[in-house]
Amino acid sequence: MSESVNGVAFVILAFASIGGAVGMLTTRNIIHAAFWLLEVMVAVGGLYLLLSAEFLAVVQILIYAGAVSVLMLFVIMLTLRRREDSVRPVEVSIGGGILAAVFGTVMYVAIARYGDRVGEMPIVVPDTAALGELLFTQWALPFEVASLVLLVALVGAVWWSREGDDR
Amino acid sequence: MSQVLAPILPVLAAIGLMLANGVVLIYMLRKVLGHLHLRLGPVHVGPKGIVQTTADVLKLLSKEDIRPNGVDRWMYVLAPVVVFVPSLMAYAALPFSETLRITRLDTGLLYTFAVLSVVPLGVIMAGWSSANKYALIGALRAAAQQVAYEVPLLLSVLPVVMIVGSMDLAEIVAFQTGVWLGVVPRWFVVLLIPSFVIFMIAALCELNQTPFDMSEAESELVSGFATEYSSMKFGLIFLSEFSNSFVISALAVTLFFGGWTLPFVPDSVLAPIAPVVFVLKTYIGIFVFMWIRGTLPRVRIDHLMNLGWKWLIPISLAWLMLVGVVVKLVAPGGVA
Repeated sequence: MSESVNGVAFVILAFASIGGAVGMLTTRNIIHAAFWLLEVMVAVGGLYLLLSAEFLAVVQILIYAGAVSVLMLFVIMLTLRRREDSVRPVEVSIGGGILAAVFGTVMYVAIARYGDRVGEMPIVVPDTAALGELLFTQWALPFEVASLVLLVALVGAVWWSREGDDR
Repeated sequence: MSQVLAPILPVLAAIGLMLANGVVLIYMLRKVLGHLHLRLGPVHVGPKGIVQTTADVLKLLSKEDIRPNGVDRWMYVLAPVVVFVPSLMAYAALPFSETLRITRLDTGLLYTFAVLSVVPLGVIMAGWSSANKYALIGALRAAAQQVAYEVPLLLSVLPVVMIVGSMDLAEIVAFQTGVWLGVVPRWFVVLLIPSFVIFMIAALCELNQTPFDMSEAESELVSGFATEYSSMKFGLIFLSEFSNSFVISALAVTLFFGGWTLPFVPDSVLAPIAPVVFVLKTYIGIFVFMWIRGTLPRVRIDHLMNLGWKWLIPISLAWLMLVGVVVKLVAPGGVA
């Protein structure tokens, strides 16, 4: 039974994530776009859960849905001067279209050529403790580099937002 | 029992608990706040006014559902759902006793915080879609405050996770059974008082409770993000607020007060009454929240932000480092 349940859940989540992305791109209202993005993030979290990546799913919800999108909405709402400003015309840009076409082609070719080289799923899913141990031993350096990047972004944001001559 | 029905039953049980909890908490809030303010609270409907809340719920259900002109229709309708569903999901990992819980999660603690972190999004949705200044300001205040205080809230529980070596709520409870020196219960509140204090402050803030109820400050913002809601949509928002009080208090009990266990009581006696013990402890926690609510005045928004970013986060980081070093010294070669 669980196979078919997983299948149904996968179809729902796949449609939710792709549909949400389409909704985000086509809506004219920037607030709606932010909420569509949130929906995509939650749906992707659900896909992680289907892959038994429990920790990743929970962190996805906590960080992306719970914090990043709240901040994004906060920024949008603080910078809108009037409520009506949230509705924008859809801008069609040639450069963007070309970029999307190139990206789509590259992804298609990559998946067509190397799509079958997916690693075997482990029978026993490693638990959170094992993941943490791996992250802080074998992958400690990339982990620290990632945190350093975030720190630089943080300091940069503070520096930019300071007003006056003292910066 | 059929395979389809079995997983649905716990969900229905959680909804039932949520509704019952809402009715009980409204009555409790009125009575506790009343007596704290030297009033009586509800007295007329039923003995000691005990059916007043039930009557109010029926009134709420039968009220007209008004949708003001100019609201963002889809978001206005969806917002109460986005507030309500995470609150319901938060019950999934709570261990009421050794066997009574909806599901056992390896990451139970993180899961509960993760689903609760979605609630502010529903609040923003409600505030924005209402097309009302007060609602929007209320929603933005709520968002700023909850994002800021999520950090110290999570940091404050990390020492517990470090000592236990697991995020499974049941294992955290199991670690706290027994006593030290024959008298002191092995509860984390004894061992990690700073964590508990930070947790309490951050939790009050997450719950939008006085002294941190900036998002629905009645005297300034009408009723905050819920201003334009009526009937059962309003009911859902409030139900989820009361339910969040229950969940956070239950987390405090689980993390710092030994969950369903009691010191000095043997397991054989405890086993049948464990859920009752857990719920009672949780309600004591809620009573403390209400006590604070009835005692302290509201904090100003900039003071609140300063407290969060400039005090609570650095203090909890320093405390986390201290605990980390001590844990490493006491148990060399690994935490677990």
